[in-house]
Amino acid sequence: MTEINVSVNGRGHTRDVEPRTLLVHFLREALGLTGTHVGCDTSQCGACTVLLDGRGVKSCTVLAVQANGGEITTIEGLATDGVLHPLQAAFRETHGLQCGFCTPGMILSAVDLLARNPSPSEREIRHGLEGNLCRCTGYQNIVKAVQHAAHTMAGGASAVAGD
Amino acid sequence: MATTSEPGASLIGASVKRKEDQRFITGKGRYTDDVTLPGQTYAAFVRSPHANATINRIDASAALAMPGVHAVLTGADMQAAGVNPIPPGWLHPGIKIAEFRALAVGRVSHVGNAVAVVIAASPSIARDAADLVDVDYTDHPAVADAVAALAAGAPQVHPDAPGNVVFNWQLGDAAAVDAAMAGAKSVVRQHLVNQRLIANAIEPRASLANYDAAADELTLYVTSQNPHVHRLIMGAFVLGIPEHKFRVIAPDVGGGFGSKIFIYPEECVVAWASKTLGRPVKWTATRSESFLTDAHGRDHSTDVEMAFDDAGTIVALRVKTVANLGAYLTLFAPAVPTYLYGTLMSGQYNIPAIHVDVTAAYTNTTPVDAYRGAGRPEATYALERTMDVAARQLGLDPAELRRRNLIAPDAFPFQTAVALQYDSGNYEPALDKALALIDYPARRAEQAAGRAAGTHIGIGLSAYIEACGLAPSHIVGSLGAQAGLYESGVVRIHPTGKVTVLTGSHSHGQGHETTFAQIVAQELGCTIDDVEIVHGDTGRVPFGMGTYGSRSGAVGGAALFGSLQKVKDKGRRIAAHLLEAAPEDVDFAGGNFFVKGSPSRTKSFAEVSLAAYLAHNLPPDMEPGLEATTFFNPSNFVFPFGVHIAIVEVDTETGHVTLQRYLAVDDFGNVINPMIVDGQLHGGIAQGAAQALWEGAQYDSNGQLLTGSMMNYGLPKAAFLPMFETDRTVTPSPVNPLGVKGAGEAGTIASTAAVANAVLDALSPFGITHLDMPLTPARIWSAIHGSHGGN
Amino acid sequence: MYPSSFDYHAAGSVQEALALLAQYGDDAKLLAGGHSLIPVMKLRFAAPAHLIDIGRIPALSAISDGGANVHVGATARHADVAASPIVRTRVPLLAEVTAHIGDPLIRNMGTIGGSIAHADPAADLPAAMLALGASLVLAGPSGTRTVAADDFFTDVFTTALQPGEMLTEVVVPVPGAGSGAAYEKLPDPASGYAIVGIAVQLQVRDGAIASVRVGMTGLGPMPMRLAGVESALAGTAASTAAIAAAAARAGDGLSFDDDVRGSAAYKLNIARVYVRRALVRAMAASAG
Repeated sequence: MTEINVSVNGRGHTRDVEPRTLLVHFLREALGLTGTHVGCDTSQCGACTVLLDGRGVKSCTVLAVQANGGEITTIEGLATDGVLHPLQAAFRETHGLQCGFCTPGMILSAVDLLARNPSPSEREIRHGLEGNLCRCTGYQNIVKAVQHAAHTMAGGASAVAGD
Repeated sequence: MATTSEPGASLIGASVKRKEDQRFITGKGRYTDDVTLPGQTYAAFVRSPHANATINRIDASAALAMPGVHAVLTGADMQAAGVNPIPPGWLHPGIKIAEFRALAVGRVSHVGNAVAVVIAASPSIARDAADLVDVDYTDHPAVADAVAALAAGAPQVHPDAPGNVVFNWQLGDAAAVDAAMAGAKSVVRQHLVNQRLIANAIEPRASLANYDAAADELTLYVTSQNPHVHRLIMGAFVLGIPEHKFRVIAPDVGGGFGSKIFIYPEECVVAWASKTLGRPVKWTATRSESFLTDAHGRDHSTDVEMAFDDAGTIVALRVKTVANLGAYLTLFAPAVPTYLYGTLMSGQYNIPAIHVDVTAAYTNTTPVDAYRGAGRPEATYALERTMDVAARQLGLDPAELRRRNLIAPDAFPFQTAVALQYDSGNYEPALDKALALIDYPARRAEQAAGRAAGTHIGIGLSAYIEACGLAPSHIVGSLGAQAGLYESGVVRIHPTGKVTVLTGSHSHGQGHETTFAQIVAQELGCTIDDVEIVHGDTGRVPFGMGTYGSRSGAVGGAALFGSLQKVKDKGRRIAAHLLEAAPEDVDFAGGNFFVKGSPSRTKSFAEVSLAAYLAHNLPPDMEPGLEATTFFNPSNFVFPFGVHIAIVEVDTETGHVTLQRYLAVDDFGNVINPMIVDGQLHGGIAQGAAQALWEGAQYDSNGQLLTGSMMNYGLPKAAFLPMFETDRTVTPSPVNPLGVKGAGEAGTIASTAAVANAVLDALSPFGITHLDMPLTPARIWSAIHGSHGGN
Repeated sequence: MYPSSFDYHAAGSVQEALALLAQYGDDAKLLAGGHSLIPVMKLRFAAPAHLIDIGRIPALSAISDGGANVHVGATARHADVAASPIVRTRVPLLAEVTAHIGDPLIRNMGTIGGSIAHADPAADLPAAMLALGASLVLAGPSGTRTVAADDFFTDVFTTALQPGEMLTEVVVPVPGAGSGAAYEKLPDPASGYAIVGIAVQLQVRDGAIASVRVGMTGLGPMPMRLAGVESALAGTAASTAAIAAAAARAGDGLSFDDDVRGSAAYKLNIARVYVRRALVRAMAASAG
């Protein structure tokens, strides 16, 4: 067992973990934060995406011990004081989710994308989400959600033009 | 709140934002793997690395010696405990059913076949221990390809299915086809492979069983599209647990696409192990296990012959298909390449003579069953790909050839030559609309200009029909289904007028919690936030058949609608009694009952609800309470149709295909929530296009799956796809009171052929008439340049 | 997915990491970003008994401009390399290639040293190392040595790294005036790895190609330079015709097999097409 200290959604945790524990399992099993999902075993699907020290990472491919000392944000910690993050709101507004399983990872990946590029083109959004698979939406309304959120975060009105 | 609606506003047809989204976007969705019970243990499976082998010996001693291991169980243990094989749910005359045991006994028949299970204190210990279970096999030659399996001398998959034949099934008039072919002006022949696909819902399958000895009751959380079907088959046929002692809960389910319909070995093992060990047992598939054990889809090898007269009118169609069903028959498997396939062969066309001959084969591969569209994409691909081949051969524009053969609008109800009777349809307006929206002449002109300049654009059409809303119980029963295909809907009005709906449908992305609430709010004049939709729990919901075959709106929605009418009718009688009027003089609108002509004499729905439960002043002989149950049994399928057009560009230097545009014009009848319907369509189009361009399961000749992970099975990513353009025509279905059809599978049914046709259209200057899917750069380039590829 | 058990050691310095490597030998693996190692451990294709985490060693991820060379520490993450103003302005090919690795999330964790030392035959960075003429600094029990990229990749997943050694730094020569570079990649639609990736670094002087290096990944057992292409171009007038002639030699000395990715003829073709496209773009960049 190895002791780790992590801050998750602003709250500190000190835990003993087996070194082989993946960050996603630490979050889900040790902390009960089941909003982070596991969809594959080859680092392809991105359902497990969380922010580690502000960057999107695939928590199925990070050991919990690697996150020692780090600050983690999961989907449960994205809203502040009960107010949805603009990306969360945008996913609902544009119907950017169906079954919801890829959604937490998709939203956090989009947070990372907009942090790097606040006003991405459609092409940049599609390439920026390369690490996240969705089987329900054909990505169309996910792309629209990111466009919508980018507009909102830039201070624009929260409505997007219809199709 | 975006989800709140004004009472009385027209909700059916409105793009209401989804109620269920709040929990999903905040990480509060509750999927099976998110459920944890006290004392929970974990299962890990020992799986066969061989496609066809005899099990000589299983040595679990090292695994059992590991700290934290509770048990290692085998197929012999299950058999000794009286657990039965998993039966298929659809039978044909003469069908050969191979014993499908949850844990193999004596023999394994595909790579990934479960042989033993370890139950341990943690998932990592379970995995460590499973790796220590030593299984001694004798490996035998295997066969993965269905055509090879049917050939003389092929390895035998099961001893009791000679020649690996599961069944031969025929539909239509063979003699009429022979005669028409003999007299035809021309016959177009095409061999088509509809390759095997893997559903890959992003949530892997999972199950968690908990046996409560005090109540002698088993609860199973499972990734299911149809929890009652799970309970019925597992309880009554596999495990021998009476239904009143067995509760199946399908909580949030992360996509299904068919793959979560079926009764799988793992959930049977977990349920049995929990009862055996007296502890909760959980199993969650790894993606590698999903690839090896989730039922696959498609996998047909087909020869099509289509005969024409000299006016380009189809006079006969002959289809001969070999369907690969894998190593065992799962729930719907026998129906998919038959009743969901052969019956669709008339498409949108008036074809006087059709004959379909399907031989299903066992192979040493993962079982094959329904995958989004289930038979109908295969039929549409066979028909629509052949239409394009024919158009080229006959020298006709593909749109024109289709137009000449459409069923006329005055021919409905239309009896096809393959059993189905189409209740309604008007096909030409959808074709016209699609051609106009894409500006077909302009695209053809662009194509011609591009070819002169060395760029290769392709335009592909797909005119599809779908039979969904499964379906009339008496018809499916006569066709071999071992169950009816109705749906249940309970409307429970609470004393305050709030509403709980219990539906046998199941949402795993379709948005029932919103669309069903829209129906309720529209009918009762309340808001959708006054309505709770309960689904996915056999402990709360009456028996229902679940969600697949694009049936939730047309069957489940109709059941709900029926109960709403019953509730309104009782409410009207209560209101009439309270208002001292005759029931026939009382109207209901905007959430209020009122006396016709005296709008001030009114009782709100909530007042009436309270009166129903107070029961102080009800009409004589009326029972208290306000609740209704409906089992809706449709009189026919519903028949969505449409025309999709894909435009691609092929880089002939590399063979790379870019999907440039995709336009869909569909007729889903009345639409409850256009936003959700468009979303269903987008996802469906992506999956169908992916079959044309990227996806394909491949086995080697030893039955090893070569595409066993997301590293080598090409799921579409955001960057592969354009924005899809959608539009609709509206021909309401007459078979349900909402006039709705199904939208969940149409995109997939149409798009594979549209995209494939577009690619082959682009390649026509190179003399290429057909290529099998997926249309990879390597395949396209090799076809253009010949096998030697000289520059 | 649960890897097999191992002991975890967080190294505080290169010396400490080397000492741990010496202590545990073949039972140990170095862990930096983990994006090559953890996936194979999850699938239990690898089960090292000890992991030595070098991701926490201060300064091992530094990126600096040394004038003639840019120095990139082994644990610099792909996202940082691709975004580094030093890398982007001084050795733009490295930035371009790095931006093609995996996906954005993978680039946030994966490291330059990890990818190079793993030496996947379809990885992007090795092609860049060859085209750039980079050197790799290897620290070992008896001090450090520098190995040219040309000598580093020796076989499938095999490099010049000896037991007990670790890669600490990538040294990339800064191209001179008139240089141009490009990376052209055909990604596998599923994995994102290169079916073929061609990295070109060239320099044009007085209208002639003064130097050119072409690195290829994806189509061979290991990343390799395309000597036939380079020799066809070197010293010739920078022209479309010269590029076409050189690209035709992309398969010189190579043999391709038919497999699930395509026929040998197809592979030869895409090697030629991607070489040509990379050369055209690199040539255009050299002018601008």
